[in-house]
Amino acid sequence: MSVMKRVSMMFRAKANKALDRMEDPRETLDYSYQTQLELLQKVRRGVADVATSRKRVELQINQLQQSSDKLDRQARDALGVGREDLARDALTRKAGVQSQMGDLNTQYQSLQAEEEKLTGASQRLQAKVDAFRTRKETIKATYTAAEAQTRINEAFTGISEEMGDVGLAIQRAEDKTAQMQARAGAIDELMASGALDDMVSGPHDDIQAELDRLGAGHDVDAELARMKGELSQGGAPREIEGADHADGASAAGPAGAVNDAQPTQASPADQPQAGDGA
Amino acid sequence: MIVRILGEGQLRIDDSATAELNELDAKLEATVERNDESAFRPALDEMLGRVRAIGRPLEAGSLEPSELILPAEGATMEEVRQLLSGEGLIPG
Repeated sequence: MSVMKRVSMMFRAKANKALDRMEDPRETLDYSYQTQLELLQKVRRGVADVATSRKRVELQINQLQQSSDKLDRQARDALGVGREDLARDALTRKAGVQSQMGDLNTQYQSLQAEEEKLTGASQRLQAKVDAFRTRKETIKATYTAAEAQTRINEAFTGISEEMGDVGLAIQRAEDKTAQMQARAGAIDELMASGALDDMVSGPHDDIQAELDRLGAGHDVDAELARMKGELSQGGAPREIEGADHADGASAAGPAGAVNDAQPTQASPADQPQAGDGA
Repeated sequence: MIVRILGEGQLRIDDSATAELNELDAKLEATVERNDESAFRPALDEMLGRVRAIGRPLEAGSLEPSELILPAEGATMEEVRQLLSGEGLIPG
């Protein structure tokens, strides 16, 4: 017999077994309705659980993206100061971070699909539970044992199939969420241990430390070169030049604003002396 | 005829399509019997695709049972076996 028919028969067999357990068919209706409401609760909780998991993964992906961006910047900075070895280090780490991100993205998409499916299942079940409640009241109001049995069976089998389907959907979502939680937990541990996070932003960010050191050294070198250049040209720093002018031109005092406003009026001939004097 | 795709809901299909679906189902059945996971997937996808293409979704509040029930998209052969053995189903 075909796969489709066999699965359908399995569902029916389940429904019939449940029906057979009840003495009074009307009892079956109320009991089933109770179970339906419970399942509705369960599927809604399932949707919330998957959403929570998905958000957690989203956060992790964002963190990893920031790490990746930072490593990229560091690689550029390192290249900028001629340290290809450092740049290579940063890019190697970036590749590691991106591989983690790739895995997470796949999981994220699968969780998103699961969330959508479960949301759909929840809505379908809700519609059927509503329909079942109406049907149940009608059957009870017009109950005659002879005809009720068939009508109860019909309604019951239909909703029971939906419940079986929703039950399976919940199981699938739970499995996927559990896998995801394990994965997310592992990444959190990596970050907590410093292996992922610290290497790009924490206290053990050796690439940044090296870049900072290089950066500071670079600034000092540049400043030294500038000063040497100025001295060899006979030029003087501007603030000294301004101060000299203010002192010489008026008794108003060497206010910064005044100094900055009139630098061009200083005589070039005064500058070397001012510089020597300072 | 009403067909359910697990995880997606129910669809109504013209009886005229029965022969075609039976053929696809026989193909699917054969892959399960041969235990051929690699052939199972495309067979299932083909079946689901066809049912979606020719079926019209059933009204939300319908309580009609399905004549045929198809495994969910992405179901493994193992899951289908569990379905057939009745394990893992939530009883109504």
